[in-house]
Amino acid sequence: MTAQGRAGWWFASPAVAAIVVCFVVPVLAALALSFTDFDIYGVADRHNVRFIGLGNYARLFDTPLFWTALANTFVFVVVGGPLSIAVSLGAALLVNARVARARGGFRTALFSPVVTTVVAVAVIWRYIFHARYGFLNYALGWFGIDAVDWLGDPHWSMPAMIVFAVWKNFGYNMVILLAGLGAIPAELYEAARLDRATRFQQLRYITIPALGPTLLLVTILTMVGYFQLFAEPYVMTRGGPAQSTTSVLYFMFEEGFQWWNLGFASAVAFVLFAIMLAGTLVQLALARRWSQP
Amino acid sequence: MTRRAEVWLVNGALLAAAVLAVFPLAWMISVSVMAPGEASSSPPPLLPSAPTLASYRELFGRGAIARNLLNSTGLAVAATLLSLAFNVTAGYAFAKLRFVGRDAVWKLLIGVMLIPAQVAMIPLFLMLKQVGLVNTYLGVLIPSAGSVFGIFLVRQYALGIPDELLEAARLDGAGELRIFWSIVLPVLRPVLVTLAMFAFLGSWNDFLWPLIMLTDDARQTLPVGLAALAREHSGDSELMMAGAVITVVPALALFLGLQRYYLQGLLAGSVKG
Repeated sequence: MTAQGRAGWWFASPAVAAIVVCFVVPVLAALALSFTDFDIYGVADRHNVRFIGLGNYARLFDTPLFWTALANTFVFVVVGGPLSIAVSLGAALLVNARVARARGGFRTALFSPVVTTVVAVAVIWRYIFHARYGFLNYALGWFGIDAVDWLGDPHWSMPAMIVFAVWKNFGYNMVILLAGLGAIPAELYEAARLDRATRFQQLRYITIPALGPTLLLVTILTMVGYFQLFAEPYVMTRGGPAQSTTSVLYFMFEEGFQWWNLGFASAVAFVLFAIMLAGTLVQLALARRWSQP
Repeated sequence: MTRRAEVWLVNGALLAAAVLAVFPLAWMISVSVMAPGEASSSPPPLLPSAPTLASYRELFGRGAIARNLLNSTGLAVAATLLSLAFNVTAGYAFAKLRFVGRDAVWKLLIGVMLIPAQVAMIPLFLMLKQVGLVNTYLGVLIPSAGSVFGIFLVRQYALGIPDELLEAARLDGAGELRIFWSIVLPVLRPVLVTLAMFAFLGSWNDFLWPLIMLTDDARQTLPVGLAALAREHSGDSELMMAGAVITVVPALALFLGLQRYYLQGLLAGSVKG
């Protein structure tokens, strides 16, 4: 081996070894664990653990709360994700507009929620959503809208969670989309103006298609992120009311670390992973089809 | 639409959006300096009638939060150092050094990025329990050492180092370690800042893993302590907001100070598509 080859191994191996030990091995172990009945007795003594094949998965599909959690998570992803991207795109277009002033300042302000700690801002939003003293109901009162018990009413708890998540996350995609907008050649818009294309036509036929790959990336990142809903319901609603904000990860956490059903919880983790992977592959396939007419 | 109207419309919309984005954070600070109980009135007050640090005094008087702040700071600093120690050499190696199996290992790492972190948490918890690291700071820190994203970040940047520079140093008889230390590391300085920021903020904002790993109140981090407080004393808004300020402000200050590096990292991480 050359000196360079040896150095390469020495330089790369600590990090690679750490990733293998702390991630790759545990992921494989999680798969194995999901085929066992590892529970509180297993934590106490490994000899109590038995192989039960697909038993956990079968039990999972018979657990109503799992289906509730899955449905809640889907609502969060399918409504919250696109809404979040739409807000990000709107914000990026505004910041990127030719007539926009103080771009850097606005970008910083709009991005600031992204770097905050979820738990801390969830505490703030819980107060904003407060039925009696919250600012949201007060502001809605200006428009004659009656007070809503945002976090106490099962119909409104998930919408509230989505509003909070959009506020927290839109800046992230906005920054990525801004970079994408900056890369579109200005000549395209000049040509469009000469052809008397309207603003909307420019957006529809130049901006959106040119942003295609960026939008695909943003969509996948957003979907993957929104599937991992956990801290928001943990702090704001404890998964309630009436389990209306129990997400898949919240369900996994309670099963695993409240009740110590670790085999069962591992099966939950794998089902979530499979769904996220399937979602990513479907989006990649759709994107490929649309880009080849 | 006239140009004048457009200027007003766009900047008005931007201002409205910025107010919506920043308002919860501004209100958090305002409520945190209100007298106990003042925020629980209708209509909700925007500004304190007489600013007071009473909530901060009570928060730190309880003891746990001061301890949590110390824990979070220590863990974030340690996570940053660990990340720099492990991922910088690896990022450089994957970008610039030819070694057997490099491309195969790299493909494997990129594939690993698709798997959500939560899948590994339960077995990792059991592994660390086996070696007695549950409820220790080391147990919380261990997974933050090797980071595919961190390696990726450094690699992207290191790809820009000209090979001639390294070859010239080799012809002069410099060893690989010396080349790394005196040529590569100085060039990588900007991306080291970016990596350090991501590692620090990642640790500071992390919730699920420390929640699982740390069972003692005295060892918990700020987000975990704050979540416990929020689940127990939900009525005490001023106290909650003071806790939120202590958690949010350091992260926000770090971002505002080193914004350029953070955004560069965010973009570098998103161009792999």
